[in-house]
Amino acid sequence: MANIAPAPAILRKPQRNPQLNAHGELIHLLSTEGLPKANLLQILDTAEQFLSVNDREVKKVPLLRGKSVFNLFFENSTRTRTTFEIAAKRLSADVINLDIARSSASKGESLLDTIANLSAMQADMFIVRHSESGAPYLIAQHVAPHVHVVNAGDGRHAHPTQALLDMYTIRHYKKDFTNLTVAIVGDIVHSRVARSNIHALTTLGVPEVRVVGPRTLVPGDLRHLGVRVCHSMEEGIKDADVVIMLRLQNERMNGGMLPSAGEFFKEFGLTEAKLALAKPDAIVMHPGPINRGVEIDSAVADGKQSVILPQVTFGIAVRMAVMGIIAGNEA
Amino acid sequence: MKILIRNGRLVDPASGLDQVGDLAITSGRITAIGNANADFAPDRTIDATGLIVAPGLVDLAARLKEPGHEHEGMLESELAAAAAGGVTSVVCLPDTDPALDEPGLVEMLKLRARKLSRCRLFPLGALTRGLKGEALTEMAELHEAGCIGYSQAESPIKDLQVLSRALQYAATFGYTVWLRPQDPWLGKGVAASGPMATRLGLSGVPVASETIAIHTIVELVRSTGARVHLCRISSAQGVELVRQAKAEGLPITADVSINSLMLTDVDIGYFNSAMRVTPPLRQGRDRDALQAGLKDGTLDALVSDHTPVDEDNKLLPFGEAEPGATGLELLLSLALKWSGADETDQPAPEALRRALAAVTLGPVKVLGESLGSLSSSAGRLVAGGVADVVVFDPAQRWVVSPDALVSQGKHTPFAFESTGFQMAGRVCLTLVAGQVAHEALPA
Repeated sequence: MANIAPAPAILRKPQRNPQLNAHGELIHLLSTEGLPKANLLQILDTAEQFLSVNDREVKKVPLLRGKSVFNLFFENSTRTRTTFEIAAKRLSADVINLDIARSSASKGESLLDTIANLSAMQADMFIVRHSESGAPYLIAQHVAPHVHVVNAGDGRHAHPTQALLDMYTIRHYKKDFTNLTVAIVGDIVHSRVARSNIHALTTLGVPEVRVVGPRTLVPGDLRHLGVRVCHSMEEGIKDADVVIMLRLQNERMNGGMLPSAGEFFKEFGLTEAKLALAKPDAIVMHPGPINRGVEIDSAVADGKQSVILPQVTFGIAVRMAVMGIIAGNEA
Repeated sequence: MKILIRNGRLVDPASGLDQVGDLAITSGRITAIGNANADFAPDRTIDATGLIVAPGLVDLAARLKEPGHEHEGMLESELAAAAAGGVTSVVCLPDTDPALDEPGLVEMLKLRARKLSRCRLFPLGALTRGLKGEALTEMAELHEAGCIGYSQAESPIKDLQVLSRALQYAATFGYTVWLRPQDPWLGKGVAASGPMATRLGLSGVPVASETIAIHTIVELVRSTGARVHLCRISSAQGVELVRQAKAEGLPITADVSINSLMLTDVDIGYFNSAMRVTPPLRQGRDRDALQAGLKDGTLDALVSDHTPVDEDNKLLPFGEAEPGATGLELLLSLALKWSGADETDQPAPEALRRALAAVTLGPVKVLGESLGSLSSSAGRLVAGGVADVVVFDPAQRWVVSPDALVSQGKHTPFAFESTGFQMAGRVCLTLVAGQVAHEALPA
């Protein structure tokens, strides 16, 4: 009869962060949460080098020559997909765009079957956007060891490349993270951009991150993420160095979270008058596409403090850096 | 057929029995507890030295997936899983396809279960037709067919007038209504509201979805006098409301699932869809309150909430994965773990009694008279009573490897790779009415 000595009741297997290998190197980019500062800075520094490539006449480096990058967008997004495509092509990769929202998923093929089929076509990297939080984790768990996954936005959970390009932009204009006040304004609870920015900002040492909006979109339990929760623009914007405005989705009105876009703009839209509460040299950011007159006034979006277009330029360099780094690391 | 189980540690929480001795069984009934008559001539003798001999487990919540979801489970596989887990009586839910709202369906299930003779089956009938929450079912007819109560499974009734009338009607005949307290609108999320859901970007189910529903049900129990069993309490506040209702003397009982009793939302980790269960896993203080509530009797029973889910419906992003986990084969070991009876190879009497009470005496008290002729002996070791017995080895340690489970459902949060749980207590023999339903005796 088995008579094994009593073992401890719980022997928890340590769960390694699935985006890092045993040496702490980035093999997938799934989230900025739990991503060490050194990895974040490595991406920003690498992006800096790639930025000059974008200014050259021949905008290509051979880093991913012969590699196949699959853009897998289960949710439509022309803009993000395009920036990934440009970034991959500048690294000399072959890029295949798959608009899954209109193909196999609608025919009932499961997510993992789709991945298995594409893996059989010798994919080296998947850029994934999906409406369900966590979908890229599922994919990363089921791909072959040499295949890399980049999360291009999953549900409400994460949008790490957007956060990294935001960090790049902030560093470009503000140089140092450790003396900043950053306000993120709008629909925080449903925003993967907000979550990824919060984790990146706190990891990089920003002492005060504020989230601003009505209680339906900015519930109090967001404080668990290490941010200050503000329900008025006056409190949220005051003396901020960086103001990040988020896009307001129309669904929020139908879902009973807001009465109207007009009332939202009146209370939480960024106008020149409200921006005057921030520091005089504050920068205004937005992940795009912007809703003029809903979350941001045209005068601010096009004004001298706006860095919305430089964000797009930096985004390509940052995505090149992410793909270049993970492609060079083994699982 | 005469069976003698020799030299086992006989434990029965109902009578307080805990002594080494023999159990004699004749024609499906227990004929002697402690010492068999000298002239007892068994056809089969089982040496239970070092093993525990206890009443077969009674599980108040298992989905057997038949009819309608045979790709996920069938009576044959799931009742075999019950027997492998030492469960000798199981209450099954009406959320099959079609729902158990017709006497014919119930009779068919009962008949098929009887033929398999692995485990006794006690179906809950649908409270409303098709579980739609609109028209009442023929409860008296369903009772005749063998239903022991009426339930909406996971489909809460939105129209409170329908719920009120359902309770009034059930109270007319003294039937128990089994309700999982969950507000239909607040309960739409996929994970418990809290820091974990916030971080992972998963839609939340607030505690208020449970407490508001309990308040509503308690108020309706006061006005209708119906007897209600509250299924799968998941929050600390929920436990407190049950405590208050019981203190008031209302005819309310309650249970908790093995998932909510042992796990928290932190176990979701990196979107592990094995942790996608209903009600959702809540926080540490909720788990602690559930454990305390089961200990002090506020919660009457521990249930497996067995729900086999096939691979295709689990290998999906967390929010899209079908909720549910297999549990029949884990119920005994998790009861032992909860009470601390797994801490030593020969469990301390009090811890062992508590673990077994939560899965035998407690559930039988919830079922009460609805068990009919079995109500005086199921979940107990009674001379003259039915021989529903489990024999298990408390010293045997094991870990859950999903492929080794008998159930067709292989997904469980307790898989070693997910939680790293070490289990204690392996079922060696399960007898239902004195017949061997499962056997894995040490050589």
